[in-house]
Amino acid sequence: MTITTTATPTLAEHPSVVTGRSSAWTAYLFLAPFLLVYLIFLVYPLFKGFWISLHDWELVGGYREYIGFLNYEDLWYDPLFWRTVRNTLTFVALTVPAMTVLALALALGVNRHTRTHGVLRGIFFASSVFSVSVVTLVWQMVLNGDRGLIAHFLRSLGMAPVDFLGHSFWAMPSLVVTTLWWAVGLPMALFLAGLQQIPGELYEAAELDNASRWTVLTKITLPAIRRTVMLVVVLQIVLQFQVFGQALLMTQGGPGDRTRTLVQYIYHTAFRDWQVGYASAMALLLFALMFLASMLQLYIGRRED
Amino acid sequence: MATVVLTDLTKRYGAFQALHGASLRIEDGEFIVFVGPSGCGKSTLLRMIAGLESITSGEIRIDGERVNETLARHRGVSMVFQNYALYPHMTAAENMGFGLSNIGTPKAEIETRVGEAARILRIEPLLKRKPHELSGGQRQRVAIGRAIVRKPKVFLFDEPLSNLDAALRVQMRAELARLHQSIGATMIYVTHDQVEAMTMADRIVIMREGHIEQVGAPLDLYRNPRNLFVAGFLGSPKMNFLDGRVKEVSAGRAMVDIGAATPLAVPVGRAIEPGPVTVGIRPEHLRLAPNGSGELAGRVDVVEQLGNSTLLYIDLGGQTQVVAEEGGECPARLGETVRLAVAPAAAHLFDARGEAVARSVS
Repeated sequence: MTITTTATPTLAEHPSVVTGRSSAWTAYLFLAPFLLVYLIFLVYPLFKGFWISLHDWELVGGYREYIGFLNYEDLWYDPLFWRTVRNTLTFVALTVPAMTVLALALALGVNRHTRTHGVLRGIFFASSVFSVSVVTLVWQMVLNGDRGLIAHFLRSLGMAPVDFLGHSFWAMPSLVVTTLWWAVGLPMALFLAGLQQIPGELYEAAELDNASRWTVLTKITLPAIRRTVMLVVVLQIVLQFQVFGQALLMTQGGPGDRTRTLVQYIYHTAFRDWQVGYASAMALLLFALMFLASMLQLYIGRRED
Repeated sequence: MATVVLTDLTKRYGAFQALHGASLRIEDGEFIVFVGPSGCGKSTLLRMIAGLESITSGEIRIDGERVNETLARHRGVSMVFQNYALYPHMTAAENMGFGLSNIGTPKAEIETRVGEAARILRIEPLLKRKPHELSGGQRQRVAIGRAIVRKPKVFLFDEPLSNLDAALRVQMRAELARLHQSIGATMIYVTHDQVEAMTMADRIVIMREGHIEQVGAPLDLYRNPRNLFVAGFLGSPKMNFLDGRVKEVSAGRAMVDIGAATPLAVPVGRAIEPGPVTVGIRPEHLRLAPNGSGELAGRVDVVEQLGNSTLLYIDLGGQTQVVAEEGGECPARLGETVRLAVAPAAAHLFDARGEAVARSVS
């Protein structure tokens, strides 16, 4: 009996595998520039930050002593840390929903193809290109309790002016309003992009289906841009947890630490008090907070799907 | 069910006039098809009837009532869109019942009417699915179901089959015709496909560049096109056009020279001056003739075997090509010189302006 064997090509010899392997290398080559930047500027600092947070690490000089999780333990007993966490959470809780609703309302308002609406789109987006120092300067001129725009207006009505930025209740809402004015452009643009993806025929069908404006908004528009809403909310959570410039320049954290934010506290701890280890521990907790909030939002969104 | 009367309707977009004074009466229960090439104004006209486009001038009456100023939602019309326009996050049943729930119809009645429409369209098992879980044909049925449940006075269809593959289109064509027969509603249907128009319509409205060119029953239009455009638009393959010259008219026949040995004696219904004309001959009226007979001779350029018939593309010389349709399988070979016989009674004459010369029944 003769047994005929056919030579089976090994994996490496197989033409499609060779092609697959070489195309994988090509893909890595194209990915390399991004991966390099990602590793050097994001992954490495994250781990380095964690490493630093395990030390009593001074900004200047060579004093670096490994202390394990002592910085995290100190945070637990630091009332100012918890104060800044509460302030930051308050700011996020006020800003994110307001920003989302405002951006959506503006996008719905300017989502028409006329010259006027084009100009309005430009105007609403324009504030986003200003730097935080310009924005805070403008709003200080508006909110100043003595010579501010609102103070003049209140006086003209015979009312006593309010020092918004120095007021224990109004200081935080003032930061929120400033932030809304400054940053509403990007979410508005995202919503506009989402709205423009909705086929016009759906609205025509809804018109023939007797749908009211409210029904159209809730039953057609919002479900159609559900993913954009999710994107905007997550982006806003990540951005607003990092609030810093407005609080530093407008209220300096006051009055009585009522607007002192977590990033501001981290900044002062690291660069004013030189306690980089302690600041790194706070930064990592901020990261965890942002991560948790974003994941929670994504989870809720997926569950609604 | 209702009549629709259009009187001198025009539509203008800035400097561009999309519709030039369209007038038409659509009878109660009629299935009428607007057909024409892209940009002829057929969809604009449909959307004006729906209330989705404003009216520049003229009048629309539905069921005797002027609706120019009436909102689309109050006109009593339902529309099936080219891309179905189903609400993507709603199930098929919710899509179909959406219009009813918006006017406060009780839930039980919505369910009954949706169920009834689903039964007519045979989509009962699909009611809980969302549009992305349906095939093109199923989506189309849901879109039609959405139109049916509202029991409108007039159904409007805007190229509803253009996104379906050829086989499904044929099937849906038959289903729509059956639907029309069963519910007997007034239906206005827009298409650029003359086969759809021919097979489904009670009457066809042929449009070109914002004008209504001709209105009539499909076979009337096919047999008696008013002008060169209508003649060329209806029929597949399209009518052959040959340059000719009327030499004389006698005894109700125009003697037309088409470059053949003997002139073509075309029966005409009215006097026509001698001069240049265009002779229109449908492919099925051009037949292969035995050697030595037939008015035309040419070389076979392309042979298309369709099984039940054969299309011969024949080069007559001088850049003139005609298409002849032979029944069954034809033995003609590429490059072969053949002779063609023209049935004069079936020939159409068009004057220098492209208008048809009335034919007499010989």
